[in-house]
Amino acid sequence: MELAGITKRFPGVVANHDIHLTVRRGTVHALCGENGAGKSTLMKILYGMQKPDEGTITLDGEQVTLHTPADAIARGIGMVHQHFMLADNLTVLENVVLGAEKLHGIGGKAKAKIKEISDAYGLGVRPDALVEDLGVADRQRVEILKVLYRGARTLILDEPTAVLVPQEVDALFDNLRELKAEGLTVIFISHKLGEVLSVADDITVIRRGTTVGTAVPSETTPKQLAELMVGEELPSPETRESTVTDTPMLTVDGLHLSATDPDGVVRAVLDGISFTIHKGEVLGIAGVEGNGQAELVEAVMGMRDPDGGTVTLDGTDISHVPTRKRREDGIGYIPEDRHRHGLLLEAPLWENRILGHVTEKPNSKGALLDIKAARADTERIVREYDVRTPGIEVTSASLSGGNQQKLIVGREMSHNPKLLIAAHPTRGVDVGAQAQIWDQIRTARHEGLAVLLISADLDELIGLSDTLRVMFRGRLVADADPASITPEELGSAMTGATGGHLEHDEETAREEAPEAAPDAAQEATQDDDASADAREEEEGGDGK
Amino acid sequence: MSITKKVDRDKLVLGLAAPLLAIVAAVAITSVIIGATGKDPFHAYQVMVDYGSKSDSQVWIINKAVPYYLSAVAVAIGFRMNLFNIGVDGQYRIAAFFAAVVGGAMAMPGIVQIPVIIIVAMAVGAIWAGIAGLLKVTRGVNEVISTIMLNAIAGTVIGYFLQDGRLAKKEGNMIHTPFLPDSAHFFEFPTQPKPVYGFVVIAALVGVVYWFVLNRTRFGFDLRTVGLSESAAQASGVNVKRMVITSMVISGATAGLVGMPTLLGVSYNYGTDFPAGIGFTGIAIALLGRNHPIGMALSALLWGFLDRTSTQLEFEGYAQEIVGVVQGVIVLCVVIAYEVVRRYGLKTQQRKVGEELAAQARKSDKAEVSA
Repeated sequence: MELAGITKRFPGVVANHDIHLTVRRGTVHALCGENGAGKSTLMKILYGMQKPDEGTITLDGEQVTLHTPADAIARGIGMVHQHFMLADNLTVLENVVLGAEKLHGIGGKAKAKIKEISDAYGLGVRPDALVEDLGVADRQRVEILKVLYRGARTLILDEPTAVLVPQEVDALFDNLRELKAEGLTVIFISHKLGEVLSVADDITVIRRGTTVGTAVPSETTPKQLAELMVGEELPSPETRESTVTDTPMLTVDGLHLSATDPDGVVRAVLDGISFTIHKGEVLGIAGVEGNGQAELVEAVMGMRDPDGGTVTLDGTDISHVPTRKRREDGIGYIPEDRHRHGLLLEAPLWENRILGHVTEKPNSKGALLDIKAARADTERIVREYDVRTPGIEVTSASLSGGNQQKLIVGREMSHNPKLLIAAHPTRGVDVGAQAQIWDQIRTARHEGLAVLLISADLDELIGLSDTLRVMFRGRLVADADPASITPEELGSAMTGATGGHLEHDEETAREEAPEAAPDAAQEATQDDDASADAREEEEGGDGK
Repeated sequence: MSITKKVDRDKLVLGLAAPLLAIVAAVAITSVIIGATGKDPFHAYQVMVDYGSKSDSQVWIINKAVPYYLSAVAVAIGFRMNLFNIGVDGQYRIAAFFAAVVGGAMAMPGIVQIPVIIIVAMAVGAIWAGIAGLLKVTRGVNEVISTIMLNAIAGTVIGYFLQDGRLAKKEGNMIHTPFLPDSAHFFEFPTQPKPVYGFVVIAALVGVVYWFVLNRTRFGFDLRTVGLSESAAQASGVNVKRMVITSMVISGATAGLVGMPTLLGVSYNYGTDFPAGIGFTGIAIALLGRNHPIGMALSALLWGFLDRTSTQLEFEGYAQEIVGVVQGVIVLCVVIAYEVVRRYGLKTQQRKVGEELAAQARKSDKAEVSA
């Protein structure tokens, strides 16, 4: 399979640009790149969900045009989505034959076929089990089987390991090797370097929407791969001069939150979370997505009501205060999913400027909106934050991701927040906008803003944060000093492999060694205070 | 500057395009249907226009449009926040019934009597709709289901009380609540040959308040936010659950007004012949009028016009049901046309913005090069 010169433009942004990808038959080919690098778009093109503006796709020497996923399936390309598409209340058999009834019927023949495929690739799928009784890994195998059942010879797996625990990942890789041995081709999308290196035969790296290189796993180190992925010309998020003060702005103590997962089991998604963010401090939370970061943000924002612990903002207990009051009291919020939580996509920019701050100046006077002032202020935000738009009447949906994000940052900063919650602030944002957003966070921090930063971009975390915490399965399991930690060390803590206070090897003796807390979640607060104090001392008076 | 104006104009054009497209399509489809029955469709339209423009028809149409409009506003309040209040029908009937009972039992000067009747109607409508809102936020019951059920319950509650010896009395073949005293008769415009309901003023007022609250107040902004994106509304600090109940209550209170023009202007009682089904007509009118106060007024008048002229068609040998077909086809076309126009509008705007920005970028590039 070969893709050449693929370019895909979305309004205002180029998602893929001049992509070249060659996949050999019977291999596992990994496609890696950062979040927002354009991997998913590329796969959607390959699976016929989107049409490229330029470029060609060649399968077995024949140039093809894929209009719909059905075209792709007919040509033996199947996709296993990151989010499973299974009907819970049906059996595995029913799920597999759904939409493919013509192939082998829906009865005994289909069941025999499923058994055959399952045995051939060691998938261990039971056709009569109800999907709702299956765990995540089993569901994924059902998805793979679904694709194979439809006759796929090339499988695309979109971030298949994101939802799996390490043992399940190993099992999945065994399955993939099995598939490969049978002559099938697997395209494996991931941003986890270790996995990519362990399972892939070939690696193609995507950065900023274009292919920047290929690698052979046996000759490549994770570091080299990371450099390829991140690139060296990137603006650095570095922020070294400390502005941390000793005035606590946000104190979270023993926060606990339970939620019912899709299987109906009540689980603690946040457990014993304690930390303090001081004025002028950026606290970064690292972690594999889905380990409770989103819930933590929502608990601090008041979108979820915690069932234990306290949240204190600037000396006031806000544990159960409604979201609007928290916003009025000075919490700014850059949400993780701006389309879901940060914007009204079909409303004009000036209405989006009001969103979240409708009770505050200049948006309203008493119970009435002050449309004139809101519009004038939108013009100001557009100007000052360099939002590229032809006007403030256009809907926010017509802006590119970076410009949408700049609008959100501008809006949140315009209300002089005391605390900024920034969840993945530069996700899916182009380089220029990224640098700008980092600048704004830095400037605000200099003026005494406290920032809770959550990001999957480890360089961003290390570069911007004054203090780092690692979140794993709803707990803060480790802390680290961003001045000395490397992305690799942080990455290993994110998988739960290491805990406590993380120290860079060469600098073990430097500072705070006696305070290394084995259970960071418990002692987080004191530890944090201590480190802040230590920094204060180090820098003497020039901190201000 | 230029783009702002252009976008505004585009918005207006697109806004009008959808209903026009829908009506044109509906007329075309209806013509085919009439043609298929072997009749001349254009003659039918001629008859409708001639008859509909007579002055007695005009009065009739306006009077018919008043409750239609109120019903449409009640539905639109729900629509603006993504709630489908299908229960306006039950809400206005049970509201009118209890308002008629209370009004019939009192004898006070009109200045007290009329407001009391209206307030009772609004309160009953609000409670009836509020039940659906409450069920939605506490038990997760879809408002479509619960309001349909409440329609049925409203019908049986009225049926139970609307009996001789309970809250109504028998007069010939008719059973109805006691007549309102003369003091409770709403004023009317002395037009010829028949008067126009004074309630048309209230309807216009409701339209203005509807527009003002939604577009100019914080509350209205919150309500529209929930309609556009519930998740964004929650993150922005709107209490979505409370907003569901509040908007259902307001929608129900407005629905309570639907029966008032009839009660206070024509029948002066609630009887077995009290008009039913206006709540469902309101859904169609709200759809056609795009939830816009003026759009809905025009749609309500169009609906009245179609109702009025259907009777005349029968005299000319056309099947009267043809107007029902037109109305149905219009609603279908409207739903389709809006979606088509909405998607087209969004796409063209995105493209335009992209082009404009690309042009800007090129310009600045050139400027930099030359400088």
